[in-house]
Amino acid sequence: MTERKVRVLLAKPGLDGHDRGLKVLARGLRDAGMEVIYLGLRLTPEQIAEAALEEDVDVVGLSCLSGAHMVLFPKTVSLIREKGGRNILFIGGGIIPRKDIPALEGAGITRVFGPGTPIEEIADFITENLRRWGVDNQD
Amino acid sequence: MSEKKENRELPERKKEFRTTVDGTVVNRLYTADDAEEGRQADSALPGEYPYTRHIMPGGYRTRLWTMRQYAGFATVEETNKRYKYLYEQGQTGFSVAFHLPTQEGYDSDHPLSAGEVGRCGVAIDSLEDMERLWEGIPLAEVSTSMTINATAPILLAMYAAAAQKQGAAISRLMGTVQNDILKEYIARNTYIFGPVPSMRLVTDLCAYCAQDMPRWNSISISGYHMREAGATAIQEAGFTLANGIAYVQAMIDRGMAVDSFAPRFSFFFAAYTNLLEEVAKFRALRRIWAKIMKERFGASDPKSMMLRYHVQTDGFTLTEQQPTNNIVRVTLQALAAVLGGCQSLHTNSFDEALALPSEEAVQVALRTQQIIAHESGVTDTVDPLGGSYYIEWLTDRIEDGAMRYINEIDKMGGALQAIEKGYIQREIAASAYSYQRAVDSREQVIVGVNRFTTDDEPSPELLEVGTEVEKRQIANVGRLKQERDNQKVGEVLDRVRDAARKDGNIMPALIDAVKAYATVGEISDALRDVFGEYRETSIL
Repeated sequence: MTERKVRVLLAKPGLDGHDRGLKVLARGLRDAGMEVIYLGLRLTPEQIAEAALEEDVDVVGLSCLSGAHMVLFPKTVSLIREKGGRNILFIGGGIIPRKDIPALEGAGITRVFGPGTPIEEIADFITENLRRWGVDNQD
Repeated sequence: MSEKKENRELPERKKEFRTTVDGTVVNRLYTADDAEEGRQADSALPGEYPYTRHIMPGGYRTRLWTMRQYAGFATVEETNKRYKYLYEQGQTGFSVAFHLPTQEGYDSDHPLSAGEVGRCGVAIDSLEDMERLWEGIPLAEVSTSMTINATAPILLAMYAAAAQKQGAAISRLMGTVQNDILKEYIARNTYIFGPVPSMRLVTDLCAYCAQDMPRWNSISISGYHMREAGATAIQEAGFTLANGIAYVQAMIDRGMAVDSFAPRFSFFFAAYTNLLEEVAKFRALRRIWAKIMKERFGASDPKSMMLRYHVQTDGFTLTEQQPTNNIVRVTLQALAAVLGGCQSLHTNSFDEALALPSEEAVQVALRTQQIIAHESGVTDTVDPLGGSYYIEWLTDRIEDGAMRYINEIDKMGGALQAIEKGYIQREIAASAYSYQRAVDSREQVIVGVNRFTTDDEPSPELLEVGTEVEKRQIANVGRLKQERDNQKVGEVLDRVRDAARKDGNIMPALIDAVKAYATVGEISDALRDVFGEYRETSIL
């Protein structure tokens, strides 16, 4: 196993300015020992994709509370997949109606975390998934 | 010391009880001994300086607060329908939610607007949309609050132009624009330009209103969004009033007499579920602002000293889990706002942690206010909690804590400098993080989230905004850009650039621009040409 820290990119696509949750998560994941690149807000999917590839991250976390997630999340995922060769774990959060979640999962967001999710739950989810992928990669 | 001894003698369910405002230990009991000397004298009668007990002598016996529900979604037609519905239900004022592209200076057909059109509010690209938004609602007779900041001068120009087209005199219009850019850099994040040109736009609007729209509240200095971002009650009070000081000073610096504009400065705060702390916060806020205006700025008009404010129950406290519990939270929060003496109130809908509110949820929210107003009896006397030993002690604590922040910010050179240094953002981020830690460790109980949880919950009916809204609005703005006199639009946009480069008030140029049907995006771009754009430095 390598000693490389897990690299997580956190970003807010679109025009939504509610960044409390994502900022708290950024700090929490750092405290959990991960390397967090906090990209900030008002970003296009293109800008996020570019940063994800440049920073060579393992995880991309997207947050949106404005209701634009169905457009912005899938677009960001597909841009990154088009341009990149590596396996990246996508997670999302915000005000996401439950009925939207299957479609987001279908678009490549492995898990959507709603309001009230403890930081530890997200950190554990990332660690477990990457470990599983790491094992897969070794085969 | 004595109370600690007593605590040992009596078994209690927690080792210690602390305020959420600053973590101070709360005593088991408060008595007359807890009142600090001289402070009670401060709590003069309602309607008397420093207005701790209420700004009006008769409180809600004279007039209830304005029940003002923030609403707006999809297209102007749908929002217009919602407004008419609310009006028929007895709502006494309007509050416009604009979609994010309008707030951040983009037209609906801009690439950054993709997915956002009509989501968080109504899509307004041009005067044409504004005219249709108010079709059948006489603007001369209603009062309207608009949550708009970076583009506030443009949207106010549109509102005034739409009212004129209805035949209303601008001087008679009643309402409020938020127009509070400083808190955008701290929390809400719908800025466009940097702080210096933005402060110029804010004061241009305030100066314009002082002269031409005397019944319009030219700014609503907001603590709400900082609270949402994680600020404690004391931070909300201290930072909001520090921003208020910055605006008053900026107006004085451009040569305006304090009493010529300050009576039209209004405020906007959050109400959390901790009932007594919130009541004390509102009382402390009134007292501090009155003292600042009188002692620091030399105001002599009592209206300049009266803190008038809108309250919204706090969105962050709404839970996705067991959403009907939110009705109870909103009730407690609304009660805090009323016992605190607000002038207007928005109650959140219980489904807002899941989606934009449904019509049913909006109705429950409004009914909550009506039940408090007409059934609870708390409106029958002014400041009913005044004189409670605990409330008075808390009021003093919040005043002291907020003043410490104000003094700290003064030492840095004022709110603008404190924001540029990241001080305010850092303080709030630290509070947000420690709150999350407290929730994650279950030290802070949230019913239905970290205690008393259930597995399977039925999902309530949610409002949906379809994607056809975006297509329609893009087609609309495209048609407008074809049909209008584009040579004229070019000219008015040149005038906007010119006015932005020069001293003097920008409002007349903006009013001409909107009347020529220049769009929000085009006018914002003209201003971007001169002012440039602000980029955030993320502070975690």
